[in-house]
Amino acid sequence: MIVTRRTLIASAALGAGGLLAGCDRLTENAGFRKILFAADEMNRHAQRLLTDRDALAREFTAENLSPVFRGNGTQYPAGPDYQAHAAAGFASWSLAVNGLVLRPASFSMAQIRSMPRRSQITRHDCVEGWSAIGKWTGVPLKRILDHVVLSDRARYLVFHCADDSGGGVTYYESIDLVDAFHPQTLLAWALNDALLPIRNGAPLRLRVERHLGYKHAKYVRRIEAVASLSGIGAGKGGFWEDRAGYEWYAGI
Amino acid sequence: MVTTAQEATITAPPRRVFRHRLATRLWHWTNVIALFTLLMSGLMIFNAHPRLYWGQYGANLETPWLEIGSTETAGFLKIGTRRWDTSGVLGRWQDGDGNIQRRAFPGWATIPSTYNLAMGRRWHLSFAWVFAFGLLFFMLRSLWNGHFRRDLTLRREEIRPRAVWQDIKDHLRLKFHHGGESAARFNVLQKFSYIGVLFGLLPTMILTGLTMSPGMDAAWPWLLDLFGGRQSARSIHFIAAALLVGFILVHLLLVVLAGPVNEIRSMITGWFVLPREKGT
Repeated sequence: MIVTRRTLIASAALGAGGLLAGCDRLTENAGFRKILFAADEMNRHAQRLLTDRDALAREFTAENLSPVFRGNGTQYPAGPDYQAHAAAGFASWSLAVNGLVLRPASFSMAQIRSMPRRSQITRHDCVEGWSAIGKWTGVPLKRILDHVVLSDRARYLVFHCADDSGGGVTYYESIDLVDAFHPQTLLAWALNDALLPIRNGAPLRLRVERHLGYKHAKYVRRIEAVASLSGIGAGKGGFWEDRAGYEWYAGI
Repeated sequence: MVTTAQEATITAPPRRVFRHRLATRLWHWTNVIALFTLLMSGLMIFNAHPRLYWGQYGANLETPWLEIGSTETAGFLKIGTRRWDTSGVLGRWQDGDGNIQRRAFPGWATIPSTYNLAMGRRWHLSFAWVFAFGLLFFMLRSLWNGHFRRDLTLRREEIRPRAVWQDIKDHLRLKFHHGGESAARFNVLQKFSYIGVLFGLLPTMILTGLTMSPGMDAAWPWLLDLFGGRQSARSIHFIAAALLVGFILVHLLLVVLAGPVNEIRSMITGWFVLPREKGT
């Protein structure tokens, strides 16, 4: 067989096109998807097994602060309810904590702001690839959990949010108890020494510093302790996990 | 008329040498798959934020050192203050259905071929395991079976400037085989590039990849110090990937020039047919 440059290029293009179409078909194939999605569990197990579960995310100094901390996702939650709260300076906003807890409770913003606080200058990493550094102030989530006391059956915390991120479904995310009790996990109400701007999740957002941005639920209204994520949304543990197939374990 | 002696030379089976051990061959073909999917799914991930920065942070309001973007009518690549029109390939291109797309890398270069960051990450973070374990396995095996010591150790006489210059000249003349047994050994430029890739680029890919993981940064904060921040690590990850693509292109070109059938066969069966000595 005589290989000319033309046939070589044509067959290379055909081969590449075929491979690419093959990859797209594999992406849609249920069995292959299962293998691809298994890496999520592998990443979680590997990180949890091989690294210190209580390791702290790096805390930076004021010189490292991003000049502007951009907002992402919802910039201003729609709906009259949130807008009324915003107009009133979130004076009557409350955080409910329930589910598998011994003492369900509701906290006003005034109560939350008067609880012991922690400030930390940390890096926020979006799944898209950008990073921003900001100073967060809020109540360590552990303080809230110590107050409501988790049931022995509780394995995850689900954060229910006020922002409708599309199709009438409000945002939700979940974390496990390793992250819930981590000392840097906060319900933050201030960014860079000012009350949290609306684009960054006012009046209350989650900071779970060893995870990508989509884990850091904004506009938090309710925290629910659950034994399993199967009853939440489509069962994958979060809005983007259910909608688009993002990893539940966002430490990587 | 053919003499018996001549006949013997003509009909004698070509001399072969065993050039690639099983571990090397397995790793080579594993990498063909792993690097192909990692590169293309990596370009998909890049498309989610087609800008690169130096330092600890970097987002839309910071100035990137590299950016792929588009205007109303054109696609562009910007590096520092220089800017190139890349319409049709980068930033602004036509997809298979003839629609104009404004993503950085075109559909034929990414996995999946249409924009899907979540699935791009799934591919990337799965095949990263294949790649990392493959490298680990190959490294351990090559230490154990003497591949590194025997084939990659630089000998004093071959790194003398004159010897290196001779090898460069031989490459430029496309003279790869010096006949006989030397065809079974790496020349010095091969050694340099394999050492650079094996102990430089590939570990850099893994470590800069890990530095982009917020979980790993907490566990191993030295990663951030090693690369000067997460955004620097992201930039280095991209640069090292580009260098790997360059290595693969040169590698493929040299395989074609050196005799593709013999070269590819040797990477499948391990056996390399020695070229006939000239003038015999």
